[in-house]
This record gives sequence, structure tokens and C-alpha cells, in this order.
Amino acid sequence: MTLSFKPQETFRDDFSYRNSDEAILRFPFPFVEDSYMYSVNIEPHVKGGPTPAFHAAFDVDEHYVAECQERAIVLAQDPSRCKVLPHMIEAEWDTLELIMESLAADYPEHFSLTRSGTAWTWENRPLGIRDSFTFGDATTLPYGPFEYITRQAQGDFTLQDQRDDNLFVDGGMITCQADWSLEFNIGMSFHEWHGPVPLAHEKGVFDRALKYLLRLQNGQPVRRLNWTMTVNPRMDTSPENYPLWGADRTTVTPENVGRKLHLRVELQTLFRLPRSNAILFGIRCYLCNLEDIARVPKWGKRLHRVLRDLDPALEDYKGLTRYRQTAVAYLSRFDDGADLSLGIQPDVDRL
Amino acid sequence: MTTEFLVPLRVREVEPLSPLLKSFVFEAADGGPVHPAGAGAHLRLLLQNRHQRWKNAYSIVSNPHDRSHLSIIVRKVAQSRGGSAFMHTEVRTGDVLASNPPANLFPIAKTARRHVMVSGGIGVTPFLSYIRAFQSSGAPWELHHFCREDEGALFERLLAPYGGGRIHVHAGQDLSILDASLRSQALGSHLYTCGPGPMMDAVLEKAAGAGWPKGKLHSESFGGEAMGGAPFTAVLMRSGIEVEVGPETTLLDALEAAGVDAPCLCRGGACGQCETAVIEGVPEHRDHYLNEAERASNTSIMTCVSRSKTQRILLDL
Repeated sequence: MTLSFKPQETFRDDFSYRNSDEAILRFPFPFVEDSYMYSVNIEPHVKGGPTPAFHAAFDVDEHYVAECQERAIVLAQDPSRCKVLPHMIEAEWDTLELIMESLAADYPEHFSLTRSGTAWTWENRPLGIRDSFTFGDATTLPYGPFEYITRQAQGDFTLQDQRDDNLFVDGGMITCQADWSLEFNIGMSFHEWHGPVPLAHEKGVFDRALKYLLRLQNGQPVRRLNWTMTVNPRMDTSPENYPLWGADRTTVTPENVGRKLHLRVELQTLFRLPRSNAILFGIRCYLCNLEDIARVPKWGKRLHRVLRDLDPALEDYKGLTRYRQTAVAYLSRFDDGADLSLGIQPDVDRL
Repeated sequence: MTTEFLVPLRVREVEPLSPLLKSFVFEAADGGPVHPAGAGAHLRLLLQNRHQRWKNAYSIVSNPHDRSHLSIIVRKVAQSRGGSAFMHTEVRTGDVLASNPPANLFPIAKTARRHVMVSGGIGVTPFLSYIRAFQSSGAPWELHHFCREDEGALFERLLAPYGGGRIHVHAGQDLSILDASLRSQALGSHLYTCGPGPMMDAVLEKAAGAGWPKGKLHSESFGGEAMGGAPFTAVLMRSGIEVEVGPETTLLDALEAAGVDAPCLCRGGACGQCETAVIEGVPEHRDHYLNEAERASNTSIMTCVSRSKTQRILLDL
């Protein structure tokens, strides 16, 4: 399948972002069953899965060019969205190597990497980039190696150092986040940066997840899905820019909810990096409005049930309080109460 | 994470270093670059002849920045299970061996300001890649190597290319020679040790006695204890079949190989999906999911990582 990029799309101002039918069908819908609660929902990140979003190490879709442009806008306004602590330089090169190798292998029509020892040439055709550089010598790239490659990838990324049987978020490229701040979190330990999450600490989710991740091995990445909701297709819902988007939550009405309110899904991937022994955490963000979700009958019904029965603590944490009932009322018209298949697959192959 | 994932490696070069030590250089069987491997990483080679299979772990000694090859040094161990003897006598240039991708359970501490390494015998191998990494980062280091008196010359020769003045070979000497050095290291130093188990324990004890905090002490582990164990038989009550679980496979892998549709998700003992009721037998719990009381009750097992203490275990599957 050849990708047709949509470079004119925007995630701000006129919000011209839209999903094609194909993009809707490949959406990584996050609900396996009709209700939702936190769990250690981690599985091996192997190619293949319920939708094509799981078919590559780093998924590239029709929004690729537009998302890279959006990232550049955010960074121009606020360069602190990309920060890496000095001891993570090796992890920066590990990241560049992993993403370049993966993109070139998974999308050879769009990306290529040619190497002769440490003399590398990287070609990114969708963005019109062709750079030759020396692997290991940051002065031969226009940005640091981590910033250079994550400017050319969809989704946010963090780098975790492993020491003292813990993980520390010691770097990141964070421009499309669901209301958390790299500037605030950088240097924190695993339990510290998960501090605000309700209910899951008591369930022991983070203790188990940390033990699991400390043993994560190179070549055996894992993934999980997380979700929230966002008003308008806005990528940059950062605490830094809360004044720009916080008030959007008051603008949802029964008339506009179907197009204005988006299910925001994060396909989170975790890779052990080979030389630095750090962990690269990818947070690939997908947005789909309720109207489009409901075009997949199973998803419309299931989202209705999940939102209707959601634990109040999660409603509050995810910031859904002001519009959850409006969304539930809208989605109820699609839900005939039929039994739905387990799993996230759409169960239809066209819309 | 216990799912088997193997890469084929072709033997490019075999070189005897001494009657007991042999160096092996591997390249990727497909001709491309080898998997990147950090300092301290190891290869777990799957070795087999007509009668037997072994999974042996060897520290990678090549430069972490060079992806043209991976090198290991194998010591022929007299009372071994046979894997090292197989490497010494059967493996030749051009052979293709299966290996897990390089894994690292003994990485360099990135926040360390200075690195002190203490090795014994063949335990020096991970430090060969450490030294290459320190040379390219410019971090200060020193190595104390202990070996039998008659192997002093061998290790002097092996270590000669790695740098003047910072390597101390203590042939036929005991660990007390470390005492002064352990007491005089600068704040911010980290200590690494690799060698026979009792030696590593003694080094760590000495360092603790000299006031080193635990977080700055590191010792080599291939994580072998978490991998396999004694074979056992899983008897499945509902499907009425018996599944043999070999020493190198997991219960979950064995169930899947037998065509049993067993639940699972993370394959690393964390998520809880594969929890299966135990009707008879005693599980050897290796997961992070069950709490103390649940473990003690022995009424369920996480099939992805846990094994059986009893020769037979009856499961509700």
C-alpha cells in the first residue's frame, strides 16, 4: 500500500486534520472489552496485530509529514520540549540507529540508509532530507542525534536510564503529549513520574511494570496502548500551553461533539537500547473523532459502554468531566446492546 | 520475553589463545552488520550435536562501536556440561550457530566518574569491551586481574593491547592486594567484578567493608538462574494430556508447542494473564505478579516464567 501524505493538515488554528477511511480502519482502538481499568497490558512488540498500525517498529501513516511539521512549530516556539541529559549521549546514537534502521527496513520506498563504517547517509524522501554524517560525531549533524531523528518520527519519545534497579527519565522529545511536561519530569524515577496516576499504584501496577521493564532485552521490544480524549485534533496538549487549549473543554455541545471530541490513543513502545542499556519509550499518538469511531459499528458501541461505565477517578484524571455525559449521550444512539467480539480489531474491512 | 528469538551467526575465525582458551569471531550469516551490543553484553549460543543441546552464555569482547563482527573467548571447562568442550572441539570456521541477540545484564554505570574493574580468570572478558568503551568516552578506569600463577603470562599478553599503566595482573596473588586501592578511590567511582562466584562475593564484601555504597557495586550475571531449570511434566486436567517441559524451555512455550491454547500476554511474569490454577504439585514461582500469600498458597502458577518444584504438576488447563 502506498502512503499518500497530507502535508497541508494542521493540528492548530483551523484544525484541518482528518482521517481517511483507511486511517480509521487502521486506528489502534484501545478497548479489548466493554469496560476499562488499568492493568499491566504489555505485550511483545512483534510485527502483526489487530490493525496495520502494529505492522512496523515505528508506524508511519498519512499524517507523517504534517506531524513532523507540527513538531517543528512547537520546537520553534519552545526549544525546551527536547532535552537530553549529558550522560545519555550514547542512548542518543542508539536511538538514531534504531529508528533509521527500522524506517529504512519497514518503508524502503520512503527512507534509505547507506553505511560504510561510520560514514552514514540518510535519506528521508517524504521530508526531502538527505544528510551524510559520521556516526558517533554529533558535530556532523544539524541537531543532536536524538533531536535529529525524532524530528523525523511521529509521536513523542523519552529516554530512560537504568541504574539502582530503577528507571530515570533522562531525556525526551515531547511535543504531542497528553498533559505532562518533560521540563517538569526530567530526571524523575519511575514511581515519581507516574505519581499522579490514580488507582494503579494501589493495584501494584507500577511495581510489577518496573520489574518487568528492568529485564527488557535488546531485540525484544514490548508495547501497550493508553488513551485519553482531546477536544479538537490538537497534538500539543501540554501543561506549558494549557491556556491555549484548557478552555476547549467547555466548547463541547451535543451538536458538535461527534466531530470535535477525539479519542486519543497512544501506542506506547519500549525498546532496550544496545550500547547505552537505556530504554527508548515511544509514545505514538493517534486521534480519531467520535463520528469516525462510530463508523466502525463495534467501536462505536464499545466506546459508548466504556465511557458510560468509567470509574470516576479515571474520568477526573483524564480530564473528561466536563463532556463525558455529552459524549455518552451522543454515542448511545449507535449502541443496540449487541454482544461484541473480544479484542480491538474493527471486524469490518471497509466503511 | 522468554519467547525464543534467534539470529544466525557465521564463524569467521577461530584462534587458540592457550590450550584452554579459544577466541571466536562471528559475523552475521546474512552478510549485514551484526546486532549492536553494549559493553558487558553476552551472547547466548544455542549449541547442539546429535545427542545434546546446550545454551551457553559468553561475554562479548569486541568493540561495542564496531558492527562488522562479534567476538567471544571460550574457556574449556573440565567439569562443564559439555558446551565449552563442544565449542573447542566441534566448532570451525564457516559454521553457522544460532544465538539469542546480545543481551546485557552487566552494563556500565553511565553516571560513574571513574571505573574500577576486578576480574578473575576468564571473567576478564566483559571488561575487554568495557575498556574499548572507556577509551572512546575518555572515562578514567583501572583493571585488577587475578589468575593462577601459571596463567600470568597468558593474561599479560591478552591484555597488552588494552592500555598501559591501568592494568594490573595479579598472578597467583590473593585479593588482599586490593585493600589499599579500594580505600583510596575517588567519590563517584563504580566497582565492577566478574569471575568465579566466591571471588565476586569476596570482592563485594571487601568493597562494602571499605565503605562503598551498594549502588556503586556491580557484579556479572548472565541471568541464567531465571532461564531454565530441572525438567518436569505438566499434566493438563481438562485436556487430559501430559506436556514435558525440558530444562531450556518455559512451561508456556511447551504448552504452546503441544498445541494448547494457553492464555498469555507479556511473557515476562508481570501482567497476570497467564495465571493458571494448580491442582496438585508445587510451583517454583519466578513471576512478579503473585503476592507473598498467593505464592505460599501454591494454588496458581504464571506459566510464562515459573516452573515446577515437583516432577509432576497438575494444572487446570
